[in-house]
Amino acid sequence: MKVLVPVKRVIDYNIKPRVKADGTGVETAGVKMSMNPFDEIAVEEAVRLKEKGVVSEIIAVSIGEAKAQDTLRTAMAMGADRSILVETDVVTEPLAVAKVLKALVEKEKPELIILGKQAIDDDMNATGQMLAGLLDCPQATFASKVEVADGAVTVTREIDGGSQTVKLALPAIITADLRLNEPRYASLPNIMKARKKPMEKITPADLGVDMTPRLSVISVSEPPERKAGVKLDSAAELVSRLRNEAKVI
Amino acid sequence: MSETPRETMEFDVVIVGGGPSGLAAAIRLRQIAPDATVCLIEKGSEIGAHILSGAVIEPRALAELLPHWHEEGAPLNTPVTEEQMLYLTENGGIEIPLLDRVMPHMRNHGNYIVSLGDLCRWLAGRAEELGVEIYPGFAGAEVLVDDSGRVAGVATGDMGVGRDGEPTGNYAPGMELRAKYTLFAEGCRGSLTKQVMAMYNLRQGVDPQTYGLGIKELWEIPKEMHRPGLIQHSFGWPLDDRTYGGAWMYHFGDNLVSYGFVVGLDYPNTWLSPFDEMQRVKLHPSFRPYFEGARRIAYGARALSEGGIQSIPRLTFPGGALIGDTAGFLNVPKIKGTHTAMKSGMLAAEAVGEALATSRVEPGSYTRRIKDSWLWDELRTVRNIRPAFAKFGMKGGALYAGIDAMLLRGRAPWTLHTRHADNEVLEPASVSPKIDYPKPDGKITFDRLSSVFLSATNHEEDQPVHLKVRNMSLWKTVNWDVFRAPESRYCPAGVYEVADEATDPHLQINAQNCVHCKTCDIKDPAQNIDWATPEGAGGPNYPGGM
Amino acid sequence: MTVLVYLDHEGGVIRQASRSAITAATKLGDVDVLVTGPDAAAAAKSAAAIPGVKKVFAVTDTTGNSELAEPVAALLAQLAGGYTHILAASSATAKNVLPRAAALLDVQPIPDIVAINDAETFVRPIYAGSALATVKSADAKKVITVRASAFDPAPAEGGSATIEEIALPAGPGGSTFVATELSKSERPELESARVVVSGGNGMLNEENFKLLEPLADRLGAAIGASRAAVDKGFVSNEYQVGQTGKIVAPELYIAMGISGQIQHLAGMKDSKVIVAINKDPEAPIFQVADYGIVGDLFTILPQLEAELDKAG
Ligand SMILES: Cc1cc2nc3c(=O)[nH]c(=O)nc-3n(C[C@H](O)[C@H](O)[C@H](O)COP(=O)(O)OP(=O)(O)OC[C@H]3O[C@@H](n4cnc5c(N)ncnc54)[C@H](O)[C@@H]3O)c2cc1C
Ligand SMILES: Cc1cc2nc3c(=O)[nH]c(=O)nc-3n(C[C@H](O)[C@H](O)[C@H](O)COP(=O)(O)OP(=O)(O)OC[C@H]3O[C@@H](n4cnc5c(N)ncnc54)[C@H](O)[C@@H]3O)c2cc1C
Ligand SMILES: Cc1cc2nc3c(=O)[nH]c(=O)nc-3n(C[C@H](O)[C@H](O)[C@H](O)COP(=O)(O)OP(=O)(O)OC[C@H]3O[C@@H](n4cnc5c(N)ncnc54)[C@H](O)[C@@H]3O)c2cc1C
Ligand code: SF4
Repeated sequence: MKVLVPVKRVIDYNIKPRVKADGTGVETAGVKMSMNPFDEIAVEEAVRLKEKGVVSEIIAVSIGEAKAQDTLRTAMAMGADRSILVETDVVTEPLAVAKVLKALVEKEKPELIILGKQAIDDDMNATGQMLAGLLDCPQATFASKVEVADGAVTVTREIDGGSQTVKLALPAIITADLRLNEPRYASLPNIMKARKKPMEKITPADLGVDMTPRLSVISVSEPPERKAGVKLDSAAELVSRLRNEAKVI
Repeated sequence: MSETPRETMEFDVVIVGGGPSGLAAAIRLRQIAPDATVCLIEKGSEIGAHILSGAVIEPRALAELLPHWHEEGAPLNTPVTEEQMLYLTENGGIEIPLLDRVMPHMRNHGNYIVSLGDLCRWLAGRAEELGVEIYPGFAGAEVLVDDSGRVAGVATGDMGVGRDGEPTGNYAPGMELRAKYTLFAEGCRGSLTKQVMAMYNLRQGVDPQTYGLGIKELWEIPKEMHRPGLIQHSFGWPLDDRTYGGAWMYHFGDNLVSYGFVVGLDYPNTWLSPFDEMQRVKLHPSFRPYFEGARRIAYGARALSEGGIQSIPRLTFPGGALIGDTAGFLNVPKIKGTHTAMKSGMLAAEAVGEALATSRVEPGSYTRRIKDSWLWDELRTVRNIRPAFAKFGMKGGALYAGIDAMLLRGRAPWTLHTRHADNEVLEPASVSPKIDYPKPDGKITFDRLSSVFLSATNHEEDQPVHLKVRNMSLWKTVNWDVFRAPESRYCPAGVYEVADEATDPHLQINAQNCVHCKTCDIKDPAQNIDWATPEGAGGPNYPGGM
Repeated sequence: MTVLVYLDHEGGVIRQASRSAITAATKLGDVDVLVTGPDAAAAAKSAAAIPGVKKVFAVTDTTGNSELAEPVAALLAQLAGGYTHILAASSATAKNVLPRAAALLDVQPIPDIVAINDAETFVRPIYAGSALATVKSADAKKVITVRASAFDPAPAEGGSATIEEIALPAGPGGSTFVATELSKSERPELESARVVVSGGNGMLNEENFKLLEPLADRLGAAIGASRAAVDKGFVSNEYQVGQTGKIVAPELYIAMGISGQIQHLAGMKDSKVIVAINKDPEAPIFQVADYGIVGDLFTILPQLEAELDKAG
């Protein structure tokens, strides 16, 4: 069985993004970029399924600028067999990304598509669900456990206050949550080997997808700073304020 | 753990460190020996992530390496247009007149203000185009030596080792990068260089290396205040006459200002805190106006070598050579080491190219090439200036520097020497005058931890502490009892904290904060701290512009 | 303009976060709502009582299908015809369903909005709240999730909407609901807790750190810690809040003996209300705390518990 894993290149999660002084966006020049952490988890899950013998081939895909090659190389160093770069300089919105992925799914015919639940740059948390909608196939978002057996996949999902289990017929879409696994390092020998794995380069136009964003950015600003509140004299006053003023207890 | 079988890869040349020296060497090698396989590893998460410099650079070596650097888009965009040397008193400052004549080494026309990190990122692109394999995120953790005693490459560190030293679920053993020749380009106070120097006794007969600590901030300042091309240096206040150092401020790029402060690590007062000196100089009327209404973007720190030519060790050994600032090729009075680092890397590459062709064990022609080059002349000329400051104090040193420059023109028939390593000159807490530093205001001045935040430093938490204290009881009897924990003051990242000071003082090491400046490895009075490479990709993530 | 809000409820009681979404929706136009699930009949009643709601669609379903994204998204897409905006409070449920519905409508969703500038322009956090983006949508319909903390909840009582029973249009597709398991642990999870009580270096040792437990129990709170507390072994590292620990944004965050360094703040500064108890009046935590008490936490902690008990 084939698995498709979309991976996105984002500002490294250790870096606190800095809003540009002119308010047009976030500074990305010279900023360290890495694979979206949830996508690392998605790749890891695919690799584990392959190690279990359930999966035969893992294809990593990234939609973005040429530099997204680095992200695909990382995915291949972690264990993906080959990769596809859909090169575009346009801002990639989940709707357009989902359309690109739909076209690739129709071409590659994977039985599982494992995405990250959310990209940590735009925090949209949408692409997987949208892809599932476009393909009209079942979805399991925020996965914390994945088991494939007898032509179906059983997924435990994180929901508010607990978990839910669903069983999906294949092909199916899964989005990975934090607790699904702890991704492995891309080791140096594997990074060296990944240089030789195949990477195909295409454009959205090749797939007939229009990338024009539906959202336009009017401005990007720093969030307002928190202000110091009041100092109180006693526990009694604190309890009364929390109860009557802030209404949080 | 080194028992676990490690994978091995063979190269002609392995270069440890992706700074200007390592990258220049890599490029030169592929230029002269296009078939040689060259692998470069860098402990930072990407090239440039650990590069911290001023930086005003002389393009001389770059032009020799890549003559078309300008057309090819090297990020040298702000030429120096105006320069000032300020002597500071507590509330005022005077600009040294006729700077060109009194301090010719400070002459900066034809030079550029750059982000050295950005320049390294650009150089890495050129190197990759030439076929160099670059692997950031992997630290050289171990020197490999073959049976004949020849350096045979390096091994990267194991990944996924827990705090207790045991492998975690994510354990991945290091890799052996074997090479005919290994170039150590680790920058000031390289950790593998330290081992190689000991193994081959490379420091025999030369002066001890001396160092400075540079602490830097990158600011974005209001357009009205920005004067691209202006460079300023200061000396005098707030340091006493026995302490070498001063501030710099360079205006460049898009409303960016590089500000920082260097302190000679031969400072005697154990109460001195380089970080707090750097902070308070910003409040001086000569600098403060630039910071009003400005935004601090990044922070970092790095040691630099100040020993000059007298401290340069033997440069080659069987199977390799030392290049760049780890060998000590920094022009101290100029505070420039980029062009010299690059030049040394290029010359070593040429020597290695020759050795590859003739299968020599040691790339011995490197030393001769250095001595025949402009690099050696340049360092010889300025050799007495920094030692004069150590000998005669700041004012006497400045006077000597003037005389040396104007009358002797660097051709003095004598050479001043440094006798003591920096760690040996620290004076006990009981005789050192205490220093009262102002509290940070959160607008222009800051504390250590909010600063470290802007270096985007991180280390995987579950790993062995990479700052190895050899003997903890020595910490108590020497560092605490005599010097009152100087590491809690000189460390620019708040790594060292004294816990339970009143009851049972002991050392708390917040290794995660470390910005890899190497100062503790240098200044610890008992030489009781060894800086080792942490898990690859750990450490600062200096952004573009730094 | 008319707005459809997909409501979340617990055993028939509309969640407060969903009432906040109604407040957001009323800024855009007339509001109809949708409730689903086994208790949909009860939920429809409580939804109808919310002032501002005109009509309630209720899907009573006991098969578990209404727990699945596939049929609910199809239903939303089917109902969407009459609406300019489709909203929901940001929750695991809404995030599962709304983007799928948006895809069916060929719309790019706008998640987690914190402000409405006009019918097309919204403000939403990006980069985990490090920046706020103001975005304008070119889509004919808008599919939006709402950060509940940014909008006051609509009152629970006072309205009288009509209720219309409808059925799920589609089957579940290839998806089968197996089970839901609500976590039974005594304490809520750190990242989703409504209240968090955190201790720092000021707790001094492992023994003392346990003193926070009764307070946490009393408030139904999760327990958190600073890195200093973790490094010194007072608690294990899954409790760590901050840059390299967990990021939390509860309604109430109580910091006990935590200085409030930026790396800690990075993990909790989006909390709605922050309380700090620290003996150092200059501790940076006070610069972000809504309420602070300067004093010894070992004195204040028992007083606080006593006051809470007194108030009942
Ligand atoms: C207002 C606005 C302004 C923006 N401005 C810019 C900008 O100036 N520059 C810029 O570069 N981006 C910009 N973007 C980002 C771009 O539009 C985002 O990629 C898009 O919003 C997707 O959101 P997400 O990545 O958070 O998706 P999510 O739905 O959160 O992503 C979930 C998963 O989908 C997969 N995925 C998502 N995108 C890709 C991809 N491209 N390739 C492969 N897999 C993928 C991954 O598995 C990921 O984990 C902007 C977005 C918005 C909304
Ligand atoms: C504060 C300050 C200001 C300066 N100002 C100027 C200036 O204005 N002009 C100027 O010309 N020069 C200046 N210099 C000097 C200049 O920065 C250095 O001389 C130059 O960077 C040295 O280059 P290098 O390649 O030898 O070492 P570095 O630039 O230090 O690079 C070494 C690289 O090797 C990596 N590394 C180290 N050990 C390992 C290992 N074991 N494994 C893998 N990777 C490793 C490091 O992470 C680093 O990236 C300044 C220096 C400082 C500290
Ligand atoms: C890369 C990096 C990542 C980091 N990640 C994190 C992180 O994820 N989370 C985190 O928390 N930190 C993190 N830190 C560490 C952070 O910088 C601080 O060191 C840490 O948060 C301090 O913890 P603290 O406030 O408990 O300790 P301290 O700073 O020691 O503060 C203790 C406070 O308790 C008060 N106090 C003491 N006794 C009493 C008493 N009896 N009554 C009342 N008050 C008292 C003191 O006045 C003081 O303000 C990180 C640092 C770095 C560099
Ligand atoms: S621990 Fe040592 S190397 Fe690390 S920042 Fe502090 S002084 Fe520098």
